[in-house]
This record gives sequence, C-alpha cells and structure tokens, in this order.
Amino acid sequence: MVDETLFDYLHMSIVEHYNNENESDVETASAYLSQIGYRVGYSLSERLSKDNARYRDELDTVKYLCKELWICLFKRQVDNLRTNHQGVYVIHDGRFRLLQQTLTTMNKPIDSNNRLHTLYIAYSNGLLRGILTNMGYPCRVTAEIVDFGVRFQIEVNPVVGQK
Amino acid sequence: MSRTNPKQNLDTRRVTQELFTLTYGAFVAQILHDYEHVDEVNKQLDKMQYKRFQRSSGYNIGVRLIDDFLARNPTVGRCNDFRETADILSKQGFKTYLGIAPSITNWSPAGDEFSLLLDGNPLTEFVELPEGPGQKLSYNQIICGAIRGALEMVQLEVECRFVQDQLKGDNTTELRVKFLKKLVDALPVGED
Repeated sequence: MVDETLFDYLHMSIVEHYNNENESDVETASAYLSQIGYRVGYSLSERLSKDNARYRDELDTVKYLCKELWICLFKRQVDNLRTNHQGVYVIHDGRFRLLQQTLTTMNKPIDSNNRLHTLYIAYSNGLLRGILTNMGYPCRVTAEIVDFGVRFQIEVNPVVGQK
Repeated sequence: MSRTNPKQNLDTRRVTQELFTLTYGAFVAQILHDYEHVDEVNKQLDKMQYKRFQRSSGYNIGVRLIDDFLARNPTVGRCNDFRETADILSKQGFKTYLGIAPSITNWSPAGDEFSLLLDGNPLTEFVELPEGPGQKLSYNQIICGAIRGALEMVQLEVECRFVQDQLKGDNTTELRVKFLKKLVDALPVGED
C-alpha cells in the first residue's frame, strides 16, 4: 500500500509546479490546482460510492464527508460543521493537514495573504467540490485560512451569477 | 447519523492509495492538456518539457522523502557498496512508500548499474495511455526523479531511466539505475 507521506510530497510538488508556472498569477495557479482536485474528487467519490449506501439527504451526505471521508483524506476529524439548513455548510478544520506542511518551524498563525498558503488550499477546495458533485450535490466551495486551519464554505446548488 | 448501517465502510489505507494515484494521474493529464494548446511548432520541445516537469516533481519529492526515510529507519547507515544501496532502495525504500519490493537483476559486470523489475506498480493502477503522441509519455518518470533526488541527498549521483514499461505493452516494467559518481562535500544542487 502506498504510504500517506507520498501523497503529501506529491501535493507539495504539484503546488510548486503551478507556483513556478504562473509566477504573477495566483488565480490561474489556484484554478489549475482546483481543477486537478475536482477531477480527483469526482473519480474518488465514484469509486467509494459503490461500497456505500446512498445517503438520505444533503445534510447526511455532508456529515458523511466530515465524519468518515475527512479522516481518510486528511487524517483527522473536522472541528466544526455548521449549516444554515438552506444549502450552506461551513466546515472548520483547525489544523488542516495539507497546510501544516508549509509551516516547518514557524509557530505562528498562517498568513492568509501569503500567496503560497492560498495555493496550498486550492487543491482541497476542488477535491471537496468534486466529491459532492458526484454524490449529486453540485456546489460552490470557497476556502479561507483562519489561524492554523481552514474554513471551507460549501454552497450547494448555487444560483448562477449570485454570490 | 441515522444511517441503518453505522459500520465504517471505508478502508483508510485504500482511500489514501487511491487519492495518491488519482492525484498523480490528474496532474499528468493536466500537464498533457496544458501543452496541447501550445504552438504546434514547439510540440517537440513541449514533449521534452513535460518530461522535465515530471522529473523535477519527482526530484523534489525524493529530496524530501530521504529525510523522512532516514528518520523512520534509524538503522540504515552509510552503504558500503552500490549493491547495498540497491538492496535498501528496493527492500526498504520502495517497500515503505509504494508497498512493493522490486527485484534486483541485470547487474552490469562492473557492478555500477542494475535493473529493478516493478511488479504491480500502484502508480499505474487506473492508467491507460492516450492515443497518438501520448503513447510516448513516460508516465512513471516521476519515480526516476524521486530516486535521483533522494540519492543525491546522500551524496550519490545516479542516472535513472525506464527501459521497459508495461503501460507501453512491454512484458515487464524495468527501471535501470546507473551509478555516476560520489558527490564529495558538495551542497546539493537545486534543480531549476
């Protein structure tokens, strides 16, 4: 079986690749990373769903993502899940795994304006979008860095053109 | 959760493996796609370019991997000869990270070059090479980069290449590793 650190290093390399390729353009680099994540999430979800019962509703599906999948993907459980019961979910992971790699010895909160830090969450952003889309809930995902962690906001069935 | 079957269905290690192989696949596909849209004239160059990127991604992975590897295997010391390096590379390196232990064969008479036969490469689990120029893609190239990067950190300069690849219809996947020289007290050179 493939060791989990290999994924971390691969992820870092991919981020570096797009960072070097699009030096002045964080948006383009993020879009590429997010697109890769989406593809992975979509196929992964398909492979996983064959062993899983269908989830009753939207909330159930998001709970499954937070409780079971999150542990497999990011090796820890989410710290908090909130919803307004109208299709908006906010997931908070206080020590997001893929972001911890950028902090080697620094013991201070992650700078949300740092270009590299932004790139480090773009892939995961797409990953979540891909997983939920394939489970039947097309959505928009935005991510925001908070202290040491990340807050993902998922908006299921977003109305086009309305933020 | 109010599901009727509360049993955890997911095998974490399996998901980790699929996450890894799918991510690498999506990355390669994206790079292939990126370079399709470049000037036709530069096609040849691009082919070399995406090879270079894959290799450098692998190189970066290897450079980091070696630290992790040495931390986990404190008993591994300096190798006495290249045969020992080959042994550790296959039985500990490949085994730890990819979960396979390739067999070591085809030593050159001088003992400076050997082959690793990869049996059941997890990297290529869901892979089929695209038609056309994509057939020339060296999908596993990243492994070469990783080996080169990792060994360079322990002062060994090697050359790595695939001489046979099951993806391309060969019978086996054979990776050739050639010893070039010992790096003496040199700081590792970044690849950029």
